Amino acid sequence: MVPLTWYLMLSAVVFMIGVFGFLTRRNIIIMFLSVELMLNGVNISLVAFSHYLQDLRGQILVFFIITVAAAEAAIGLAIILALFRNKATIHVDEMNEMKG
Amino acid sequence: MISQLFFGYFAAVIIILSLLVVTRKNPVHSVMWMLLMFFHIAGMYLFLNAEFIAAIQVIVYAGAILVLFLFVVLLLNLREELQTNRFIGSWPAGLVIAASLLLSMIAALRSFVPGPSGPYTIALIEKETHTRVLGQVLYTEYLFPFEIASLILLVAIIGAIVLAKKKVRS
Repeated sequence: MVPLTWYLMLSAVVFMIGVFGFLTRRNIIIMFLSVELMLNGVNISLVAFSHYLQDLRGQILVFFIITVAAAEAAIGLAIILALFRNKATIHVDEMNEMKG
Repeated sequence: MISQLFFGYFAAVIIILSLLVVTRKNPVHSVMWMLLMFFHIAGMYLFLNAEFIAAIQVIVYAGAILVLFLFVVLLLNLREELQTNRFIGSWPAGLVIAASLLLSMIAALRSFVPGPSGPYTIALIEKETHTRVLGQVLYTEYLFPFEIASLILLVAIIGAIVLAKKKVRS
């Protein structure tokens, strides 16, 4: 039997790889993929909790997280398309018009 | 023993693939490694007796979201992106932040105490089938959040159309 803490550690590692990617890459698509990576890390821990505590609420929560992730991907990629149409770059350092 | 072996395989592959996702230079390669990682995560959900969630993971994440990503990556012309630097100059700072957060999280795990168990044992779920039990909870206890989720999807549909359409010059 695999203990619950192994799953939680795996989820923390995946989440932190996502944080690392978000902080260090400047390609907006890879930053977006890093956010998806973080969401998946959280999902792993929620499903593991749901299995070990014998409660289905964790899986309901995963269901809603996947819904929100789909909506987020649709809107975010539309924003990326609109930005690329105006600036012809996906490098976030070159998008500094709104800097105060 | 065999379950620990399975967990070890899935965990190692998921970690290696997620490292590949954040370090590849070409976004197309990143999306492809991400696809493989989603399938492994779905395998891990099967391992945790969550068949419906595993199916949703494959259908929605691998089938819909990543295809959308791939569409956008191929729609944008990324020739000059491949010549620029992969990471920002101060990437060790990001590494230190992520590693210290990870260490504090693992340190917090040592004092973790699981709460009381719920009523949904594996025997009950096997008797009722997983999807039916999940649907019963979703449509009774979580009906209102479910309706809000449909509203979020509506907002996403309208927002994506409004943002991505070209301006009509009159």
